[in-house]
Amino acid sequence: MSATEPPLLRVEGLSKAYPGVLANDAVSLAVAPGQVHALLGENGAGKSTLVKMIYGLVRPDSGSMALRGAPYAPPDPHAARAAGVAMVFQHFSLFEALNVAENVALGMENPPPLRQLAARIRAVSDAYGLPLDAGRIVGDLSAGERQRVEIIRCLLQEPRLLIMDEPTSVLTPQEVEILFATLRQLAAEGTAILYISHKLEEIRSLCDQATILRGGRVVASCDPRQRSAHELAELMVGAELKLTDRAGRSAGDVVMEVQGLNLPPASAFGPSLKDIGFALRRGEVLGIGGVAGNGQEDLLAALSGERPTPAGTVLLEGEDIAQLGPNARRARGLLAAPEERLGHAAAPDMSLTENAVLTGTTRRRLTRYGFINRLAARAFAAEIIAGFDVRTPGPQVAARALSGGNLQKFVIGREVLQAPEVLVVNQPTWGVDAAAAAAIRQALLDLAAGGAAVIVISQDLDELLEISDRFAALNEGRLSVPRETASLSLQEIGLSLGGAHGMKQAEAAQ
Amino acid sequence: MIVLIARPAPSRLWSWATPLLAVLATMLAGGVLFVLLGKDPVEAIRVIFWDPLLGPNAGYFRGQLFIKAGPLILIAAGLAVGFRAGIWNIGAEGQYIVGAICGAAVALAAYPAESVLIFPAMVLAGALGGWAWGMIPALLKNRFGTSEILVSLMLVYVAQNILAWAAFGPLKNPGGFGFPGSRNLQQYPSAHNAELIAGSGLHWGVLAGFAALIATYVLMNRHIAGFRIRLAGEAPRAARFAGVVPARLVAFCLGLSGALAGLAGMFEVAGPSGQITDSFNAGYGFTAIIVAFLGRLNPLGILLAGLLMALTYIGGDMAQLVLLLPAAAIQVFQGLLLFFLLGFDLLTNYTLRWEGARA
Repeated sequence: MSATEPPLLRVEGLSKAYPGVLANDAVSLAVAPGQVHALLGENGAGKSTLVKMIYGLVRPDSGSMALRGAPYAPPDPHAARAAGVAMVFQHFSLFEALNVAENVALGMENPPPLRQLAARIRAVSDAYGLPLDAGRIVGDLSAGERQRVEIIRCLLQEPRLLIMDEPTSVLTPQEVEILFATLRQLAAEGTAILYISHKLEEIRSLCDQATILRGGRVVASCDPRQRSAHELAELMVGAELKLTDRAGRSAGDVVMEVQGLNLPPASAFGPSLKDIGFALRRGEVLGIGGVAGNGQEDLLAALSGERPTPAGTVLLEGEDIAQLGPNARRARGLLAAPEERLGHAAAPDMSLTENAVLTGTTRRRLTRYGFINRLAARAFAAEIIAGFDVRTPGPQVAARALSGGNLQKFVIGREVLQAPEVLVVNQPTWGVDAAAAAAIRQALLDLAAGGAAVIVISQDLDELLEISDRFAALNEGRLSVPRETASLSLQEIGLSLGGAHGMKQAEAAQ
Repeated sequence: MIVLIARPAPSRLWSWATPLLAVLATMLAGGVLFVLLGKDPVEAIRVIFWDPLLGPNAGYFRGQLFIKAGPLILIAAGLAVGFRAGIWNIGAEGQYIVGAICGAAVALAAYPAESVLIFPAMVLAGALGGWAWGMIPALLKNRFGTSEILVSLMLVYVAQNILAWAAFGPLKNPGGFGFPGSRNLQQYPSAHNAELIAGSGLHWGVLAGFAALIATYVLMNRHIAGFRIRLAGEAPRAARFAGVVPARLVAFCLGLSGALAGLAGMFEVAGPSGQITDSFNAGYGFTAIIVAFLGRLNPLGILLAGLLMALTYIGGDMAQLVLLLPAAAIQVFQGLLLFFLLGFDLLTNYTLRWEGARA
């Protein structure tokens, strides 16, 4: 950084402690105008705490910040926005029942009349290549389009610093390209961007400076384009990373068939599942990709038995199981692990022993005449903890007390250790640190190598390319025909995921 | 300004400390209430809480303790199971009334025949009556998605009208000189739910209450069905994932709590009360809700809470006689207890911090 150009934002020795954890420990960094600055780290490394302090949501315990050379200590987000700092959150704060302009107006201090606002939204969306119709209801928008609403909401404030928290986790590859073009344009105009992510290739292609956090401390500061993704990952994790081993599998007989599966959505704004069909073979991993909100949860519920479907739509080893409930399917070897760990896959306030009972009674004989065999249940929980390296004091601990990665290892381990014939998992490594994610992927591959069939539903395309033999895209409730993963390019996958939502006309014109 | 900070996990200490704290706060607030009524608060608290147990006439009152606590415990044991699952049966009072009417009707139909089968038949009829009355909100909820809270509560008033009709009509004592009310079952040996040990207050209903506590403890803590009930209350989506069918759960919980409330009503009409009158019900079904929560939905807690609430009933009667307190004062007292309990319950899930006013 040259002496003539003072940094836009300077953070000096910022610390923040929560009960039992030092979330940020003397963090310092500087962001120059026009810089795309990556904030890199695993879950729990302290990225969110840091940006919340910059955005005025959390007050630091000690340390100081300066914006354009002047002391900066925003007491609330209102003050941060007034100072020219804007933030796009990972989880959108939009009202589904309102239209785009109304949602934008709700976030403004002094909203202009809606018609005027719609015109401004149109102007900004044209200027930055973010197509968006101000009159559409947000509930009908894709995740990528919703993110554009949030970005445009920020851009209307003409920020000097734009903070983006994991913006690409909900986007298709094409949508990522559009977003990156917008961010590069903003940077060229002098807006600084603080970009939070753990996706290394993205950071290498977009950012010109990276600050890497681990355990609340800055462990490295570098130009990400000068480092390999593997180097960055090891800096982030602080350990060497193993590559997954895909060897030892061969596709066998068809074990499960799904045909003509239609299902209305469980929530008001999701798409219904439309004519889903595929055949699954022993020993294979079928990857189902797609941006969240395209029917993933409903598909999992239809396969797990939580939502029975019309007769003949789901066959397991030739038997019609479409009308059976979850436990009848478990008895036949079809197991599932839903996306939401706390509250769906596991009960937050129950112990790991009880959570082992939650799905384990049918295949592991944890009950006798309906009475829970506590010793057997505890032993099963201990087996999961030992076999899947779940870091916890013991099976008596409540599920809530585990970190996301550890609980996910427990949930996956619970199903894998029941020796399923077919295992369906949704977002198996969402919010899980790199080492745990690698362990989970390896466990799924090993399960398939042992002759079981695995369906992995995921938004993470890198993950699906890494472990799946065949790939199908779930978009707007429709499933594409599964194809060999090896034969697919990222571009083709992106198009099968619906390309860039809301951009079809633009693409056709090109 | 007080700031609430969520605890990472509910505090076990506070979950047991809050009932005690609530009892203390109720005594304090009750004392203030008595002062406002122009009574000596220390005297009033002594009359309500001390004299029935250890005062000069305690020998008589100790028996009353079980008589009052029995139905409370029996009803609360069933309610607690549903409350754990997040199914709110507020209408135990109605199920209690219907159980009593059905039990009494069987006895009165058999009168004056003597047989050892009459009492068991009454037990069965009482349980079935309460069960059926509880199944009405269950079926409406499962079929039409109605709120079991509202339906079960409103059915209490329906039951009260049926009670009045029965007392003045079909169940009226033919030899009662035109007075409303049924024959007194205490004078019908085959139907009489008599004290098992004279003066102890223990009758079959009290034993049924203890049995219900033990049975629900085993159900909730050892059996897979109880596990699923708790799961449904704590994490409904996880319960569905574990194979729980919500409609069956609703029917089970409302049916069970209805049957136990019906039993309580039947034991009451055949024993301490003796006859069906239009003012037969004494609010046990509502007080049992307080008992269930005061006891942390836990069997041992319900036993203690049931005895405590029984004490307030007896002490309240005493206070009416000795101190000329209005009858409503004791209801206010019970209401205060639930109010403080729910208020202090906040401490189980949150810690408090004082903070200066911020701009």
